[in-house]
Amino acid sequence: MSAISAEPLPRDTEQRSRTDARHDLLFRFLLRLCALLVLAALLGAALSTLWGGRDVLFHDGLHFLFSSEWNPVENQFGALAPIVGTLVTSLIALVLAVPVSFGIALFLTEIAPRWMRGPVAAAIELLAAIPSIIYGMWGLFVFVPFMARIEPMLSDTLGNIPIIGALFQGPPLGLGLLTAGIVLAVMILPFISSVMREVFQTVPARLKESSYALGSTTWEVVWDIVLPYTRSAVIGGIFLGLGRALGETMAVTFVLGNSYNLTSSLLMPGTSISSSIANEFNEAVGLHRSALIALGFLLFVVTFIVLLIARFMLRQLARKEGR
Amino acid sequence: MLTSFKFPSRLGVLAFAIAASVLGTTAQATDITGAGSSFVYPVISKWSASYAEKTGNHINYQSIGSGGGIAQIKAGTVDFGASDMPLKADDLAKFGLGQFPDVIGGIVPAFNVSGVAPGALVLDGATLADIYLGKITSWNDPAITKLNPSLHLPSAKIFVVHRSDGSGTSFNFTDYLSKVSADWKSKVGEGTAVQWPTGIGGKGNEGVSAYIKQIPNSIGYVEYAYAVQNHLGYAKMKNAAGNVVEPTIASFQAAANTADWKSAKDFNLLMTNAPGNDAWPITATSWVIMYKSPKNPANSKVAFDFFKYAYEHGQDAARALDYVPLPDSLVQQIEGYWATEYKK
Repeated sequence: MSAISAEPLPRDTEQRSRTDARHDLLFRFLLRLCALLVLAALLGAALSTLWGGRDVLFHDGLHFLFSSEWNPVENQFGALAPIVGTLVTSLIALVLAVPVSFGIALFLTEIAPRWMRGPVAAAIELLAAIPSIIYGMWGLFVFVPFMARIEPMLSDTLGNIPIIGALFQGPPLGLGLLTAGIVLAVMILPFISSVMREVFQTVPARLKESSYALGSTTWEVVWDIVLPYTRSAVIGGIFLGLGRALGETMAVTFVLGNSYNLTSSLLMPGTSISSSIANEFNEAVGLHRSALIALGFLLFVVTFIVLLIARFMLRQLARKEGR
Repeated sequence: MLTSFKFPSRLGVLAFAIAASVLGTTAQATDITGAGSSFVYPVISKWSASYAEKTGNHINYQSIGSGGGIAQIKAGTVDFGASDMPLKADDLAKFGLGQFPDVIGGIVPAFNVSGVAPGALVLDGATLADIYLGKITSWNDPAITKLNPSLHLPSAKIFVVHRSDGSGTSFNFTDYLSKVSADWKSKVGEGTAVQWPTGIGGKGNEGVSAYIKQIPNSIGYVEYAYAVQNHLGYAKMKNAAGNVVEPTIASFQAAANTADWKSAKDFNLLMTNAPGNDAWPITATSWVIMYKSPKNPANSKVAFDFFKYAYEHGQDAARALDYVPLPDSLVQQIEGYWATEYKK
């Protein structure tokens, strides 16, 4: 009727919806391409490390996995010491960081007064911004002497307990698996706590308030309402931190002691996969180089196994809830 | 209106000034790269600073360890490699490389024992080998107290520090231990990286020094300049002639003087456990490795110029850092080697 605000003609609408459909298809294709690119990069990295380590993996295979000998002169290489070092330091880091991160997230979401939440959260995230070599320097010059002072106490008290005493034997070097684990714990803390804090904030207020109304304590609300609601994201955050701990190089190299001798004590020095590679890759030739690349491939495998365990745990928990 | 007039001319003046300053500095300032031994890093950085002042050419040297230096020059990513381990003749021929010494230095056992002053401790080759094999585990072991009757040594455990990366310093040290201890030779051998029976690994001479400083009752081996500059305790050694010698320029030079350079092809000569009366037993040469027919002749020329400058004017700088400058006869031999082996 009025020509000023004319209805779009039927054929224009048709054309526009066709154009939109084309653009939509293109957009979807681009997104799929990005995802595939990431997968291709990951596969490429894994396969190239497998290829680089083929001399050692295919010829020595099991011996490489279970031998703790690392002899560049005789060309005998065994990955056990680096693998054990990586797993032990990451485990210590997790055991220390997860409860503390949980406490931080809990404090920041439930307990802290509103004016405190912003600054404390910012301070925690600053921890994540510190370069890892600064952690290494701090570890070596500040933390190692401190550990050297308290390690005699640890070996005197915990070292005498029957079974776990073996974990705390050894001279008070300051360097070692325990120190590296603690430094790693400080490094992964901000990652885990920030993920936990974010997901704790997504819990609907209605759920928490109903629980409070029924007379729950703060702890009961967190343990029975908040955590189950955010379980998969929390586990995801924990494994994010674990991933960082597994791959951490410079901080660990400084405080771990770089020793290939396998011992059962946490107070003794060890080595990890990434610090072995960082130390020796410069000059390695031939079989030595192949062994280091094979170590890199093993790190992929270890991370993959850890992720599989995470997914399995999540599935079990979901099944328990009937999902 | 006026401001828009001024602005372009201000910018123009600025642009002109920048261009003039860039053109006004040394017309052909070449930057050359080198990599390798951390043993020689202090002296090369001193030399390159004064060389840059004189000629404007900068030397960018990365202290990544001798093994790294060898790998990088073989890959052709640097203009010269520096290594404390000489390449063998067939290796040199295969890659078309030549090598020549740049400086001589000493490797000293450094320790951190409270109450024992630097230079107060005496060790000999067999004892040092046994410490590194893990056979001698405490400071007041009879083998050590026998060499130090008047010293009060604690009954503390010895912490051994070695290198975690591939190192020419390690190579010379393990070569010395192989020469003085048959047990070491059969169990461990020599190399830039070996399977250390005991101890913790520090990265570079710098890392080993840091660990020795941090950890009480530790012992390690570092290049003499690092021991002095970091105020580490160093030990006197009993040499092959049975005399106790201090690590000084004189004792390093005494070891160098007993070396037979003339008959060493491509200067492939290891001076550990030298026979002289005053010789320091762990004296080491460091070599510069360069391509005989380089891909970048201009950079190669600057590199040769740099080393010539170092031989002629770098003597005092080297001595100040406790290295031994090369004897004149050796410098002449090197310059003859350059003329015959390297295409200019």
